[in-house]
Amino acid sequence: MAVLANHPATRDQAKVMNRYDITLRLVGLLHQDEAVIGGIGYTNFDLWAASAGRQGRRQPNFYMLGSMGLAVPIALGVAIAQPRRKVFALEGDGSILMQLGCLSTVAARRQTNLCIVIMDNGAYQITGGQATAAGQGTDIVGIARASGLAQSAWAADEASFTELAGLALQEDGPWLIGCRIDAGKPADTTERDPARIRDQFMRGLGVRK
Amino acid sequence: MAETWHGIVRDVLKRHDVRLVTYVPDNVLRPLIEGVEADAFFTAFACTREEEALGIVTGAWMGGTRGIVLMQTSGFATLSNVIASLALPFRVPVAMMVSERGTLGEFNIGQSLVAKTMRPVLDALAIEHHTMTRLDETDFILDRSLVQAYATMAPVCFILSPLLTGGKVFSK
Ligand SMILES: Cc1ncc(C[n+]2csc(CCOP(=O)(O)OP(=O)(O)O)c2C)c(N)n1
Repeated sequence: MAVLANHPATRDQAKVMNRYDITLRLVGLLHQDEAVIGGIGYTNFDLWAASAGRQGRRQPNFYMLGSMGLAVPIALGVAIAQPRRKVFALEGDGSILMQLGCLSTVAARRQTNLCIVIMDNGAYQITGGQATAAGQGTDIVGIARASGLAQSAWAADEASFTELAGLALQEDGPWLIGCRIDAGKPADTTERDPARIRDQFMRGLGVRK
Repeated sequence: MAETWHGIVRDVLKRHDVRLVTYVPDNVLRPLIEGVEADAFFTAFACTREEEALGIVTGAWMGGTRGIVLMQTSGFATLSNVIASLALPFRVPVAMMVSERGTLGEFNIGQSLVAKTMRPVLDALAIEHHTMTRLDETDFILDRSLVQAYATMAPVCFILSPLLTGGKVFSK
């Protein structure tokens, strides 16, 4: 964990980055087998956009269409069911603030194959950009550490994000990476077809053939 | 040893390979929780909210592991949004078991009032639910309803009546 020492201690010190760019970098690091859960808000829109490829869209992705705050619990469930698979939860700041207890549950379980990425734009962007508490002094990485997630860090910049995500892929977690995000619009809109999303996800996880 | 409701529940869950148990505790559920926590077949742990517990079971089912959420009546009252926006549209067979408060000798007015919302919400969401009152019916109801839930990919809710469990008794 000494490796986290050179990352910014607080939200204020982290660079403001772009969500689509960060999501592209994450998807670029992934192999085909990691599961990724995209939370409500624009987080899952950019996961959808970043997962489009020439050979079709990345399969083991799950896009939430409601159930605000449940990206981390859903990811934890997948991680428990498939302990050898790395599982990523991408969640907005407004959403994680609604379900902070899940950070404590992940910590208590010491779920080694789980990495949480917080897209912190300080706002409920999809509902009109109203400020969240994260934009007014709340430090979500600090909350995560105090919840027992010792391997929690702010990404100082894009290179730092790539380094942290790479660590999460290689070493035991649970991990939490905080990303400060600008007010840019998402690059696309998720197709709202829950039955198809769930079926694709389960095929991507090898639960369905 | 005489059969108990919680012993039967544990056996039927095993028979159907329901391995994951997430819960927010309740006094009546205590013997069931202790039973599954003592049994290595199960992965069982407390969650901070019932919504979280349902999200975990949803993710686990998509990953190939069956699960059940244990809660009390007041906890069920927090779930309508995530049932309607996650379990139902994505067709995830989440099993729920609710220890019924608010009836047959309730002493807490908040419990009795929130309990009135449970069956109307289950009916409004068209969720299969059964109120379990008798030891001799417990196996049958659970066994058949779990078969149905997984075959039809639909959530199911089991309500544990004080008639079955003894409930929580008024004490000054
Ligand atoms: C329980 C619940 N309350 C409110 C909403 C409305 N809502 C949908 S998305 C959202 C904001 C999400 O904010 P955040 O997670 O920060 O993501 P962003 O929009 O910034 O990408 C809100 C309030 C909802 N869908 N569910």
